[in-house]
Amino acid sequence: MESLGVLLLHPMDAYLEQELARRCRLLRFCWDAPPDRRDAFLRAHAGSVRAVVTGGVAGAGAALIDALPRLEIVACFSVGFDRVDLARCRERGVRVTNTPGVLTDDVADLAVGLAIAVLRRIPQADGYVRAGQWKAKGDFTLTTRFSGKRVGIIGLGRIGLAIARRVEAFGCPVSYYQRTKRDYPNYTFFPTVVELAATSDVLVVACSLNEQSRRIVSREVIDALGPGGVLVNIGRGGHVDEPELVAALAEGRLGGAGLDVFEDEPEVPEALVALDNVVLAPHMGSGTRETRRAMADVVLGNLEAHVSGKPLLTPVV
Amino acid sequence: MAMASAVAGAAGGKPKPALLLLSRVDAAFSAALRARFRVRDFYASAAPLPAFLAAAAAAAATAEDPQAPRAVLVAGGGAILVDEAFLDAAPSLRCVVTTSAGVDHVDLAECKSRGVAVAGAGTVYSADVADHAVGLLIDVLRRVTAADRYVRQGLWPVRGDYPLGSKLGGKRVGIIGLGSIGSLIAKRLEAFGCVVSYHSRSPKASAPYRYFPDVHDLAADSDVLVVACALSDATRRIVGRRALDALGTGGVVVNVARGGNVDERELVAALQEGRIAGAGLDVFEDEPHVPPELMAMDNVVLTGHEAAFTEDSIADLRELMIGNLEAFFTGKPLLTPVLHP
Repeated sequence: MESLGVLLLHPMDAYLEQELARRCRLLRFCWDAPPDRRDAFLRAHAGSVRAVVTGGVAGAGAALIDALPRLEIVACFSVGFDRVDLARCRERGVRVTNTPGVLTDDVADLAVGLAIAVLRRIPQADGYVRAGQWKAKGDFTLTTRFSGKRVGIIGLGRIGLAIARRVEAFGCPVSYYQRTKRDYPNYTFFPTVVELAATSDVLVVACSLNEQSRRIVSREVIDALGPGGVLVNIGRGGHVDEPELVAALAEGRLGGAGLDVFEDEPEVPEALVALDNVVLAPHMGSGTRETRRAMADVVLGNLEAHVSGKPLLTPVV
Repeated sequence: MAMASAVAGAAGGKPKPALLLLSRVDAAFSAALRARFRVRDFYASAAPLPAFLAAAAAAAATAEDPQAPRAVLVAGGGAILVDEAFLDAAPSLRCVVTTSAGVDHVDLAECKSRGVAVAGAGTVYSADVADHAVGLLIDVLRRVTAADRYVRQGLWPVRGDYPLGSKLGGKRVGIIGLGSIGSLIAKRLEAFGCVVSYHSRSPKASAPYRYFPDVHDLAADSDVLVVACALSDATRRIVGRRALDALGTGGVVVNVARGGNVDERELVAALQEGRIAGAGLDVFEDEPHVPPELMAMDNVVLTGHEAAFTEDSIADLRELMIGNLEAFFTGKPLLTPVLHP
């Protein structure tokens, strides 16, 4: 695909960038430049960009798509594509791909790791030791057991199922909500998120972000989860009413939260940083060397397939 | 008459049995004990142990006197040893209940020869210790605590994404000690796609994992070593220079057993020199002292000997201890007896 003009929207992975540079005609977007310089860049290169490689948070909006008349494919270095204007892509006949499957295990691992970290207060305990408090003040507080806790999963797709299998090994009963009920012998279906939250000790957001799931974790859901409940979000910041979440945590109406995603990354509300019943992660659900390499290969594989007229590996549109 | 009514239960029924209490207990536990037993509390008395035991023995007319304490609730850890001298000083004892899983502080042979039954904490702590071990492992490989610090320090907008961690799936995990804790760790890690092997004194027939008779061979074949064995002469410093070298660069050590199971100086050196990649440690050789070199490292996670202690395990322990004592005093089999091997 040496003649394929690829616009890399922002730095995302050294191996991916190196392979794109080697195998395609790579253009690196001036992501951090002021708007007029970005527009000028797009105008200057509009004629040669046939592919865009973007990340989950950056996406590809209508303005970008419209600025690239020769655009044929948007390849996302993420499984989420909520920030890609799919309607505009469909109108223009632009293909869209993502990276499902290869990151399922890592995201599920982090979801469970966050749940244990919150209930067992591992980062806080580590801070206690590093601050010399174990010597000065004695033992840390008692924490809360994870094994056997009722886990409610919003969205039992690839990632949701992977989380379910992991927590089952801890004796956690699993319940779920999603738009359609399936027949899972070991998992209990709830027709609303509020009912799911009311019967869960740990509520995990594992669905994709779309019109129906935006702010699916509402004030009502947070209240139902309650002072003993813990929210784990490895989906999108947009799944949660963030101001409500922050208020509930600060006021003790919600017991705790493990958050890998936020409404306005990389900004994290100051009020969250002040709390010690939360664990905060910088959107690293797929952040391992092994998985990012596999994701890069999916992006490259999709571009190759497109150029050779073969079926795309992981098409969204 | 006055004495009989003083020792009678609240309902005016049978007198409560006498119990020696040689463990610090929280308010809930204390209340539960006092509701059922006549408690002689060592930590509430100013007397040293021999005097305390002598006073308890003297309060009874004979060893069969209902005032004579027939059971003792003792903590683990070795501050108090239930040995020959102890048993001589408390001749009416017929049951020792310890709040610990380990019974190193109880002379089982002496107890057996005197007809003193022993009960321990059984598996009350096992799930929480196993969960903590898994939590530490995920934390080290996926940098959870270090990344939480990064976000709280405001570095995400400034420095961008946090450095990549390492995937759990496919990692070879070598568990040292496949008792109740080690087995629970194994079961959990399999669900994450880890490949589990183990070393213990002898292979467990029912364990579906590969057994290594030599811990160094286990280390050589592992990406992660999880220490989950009891501390004994055989396991002291079982993870030493040789095991660390065999584990190699990229290797991670998780210790939820005892600080004494690991050669701490060698571990610190291996981490400082990058000869292993990281460690999750709940226990240390000289608690609460933690080597200062570790405090500065981002690739280690440190917790203060708390893997066993959740509100749930403390509540379970209370129920189990009282259950054992009530079983003893009503002539029923102990719930979690410890037998002399």
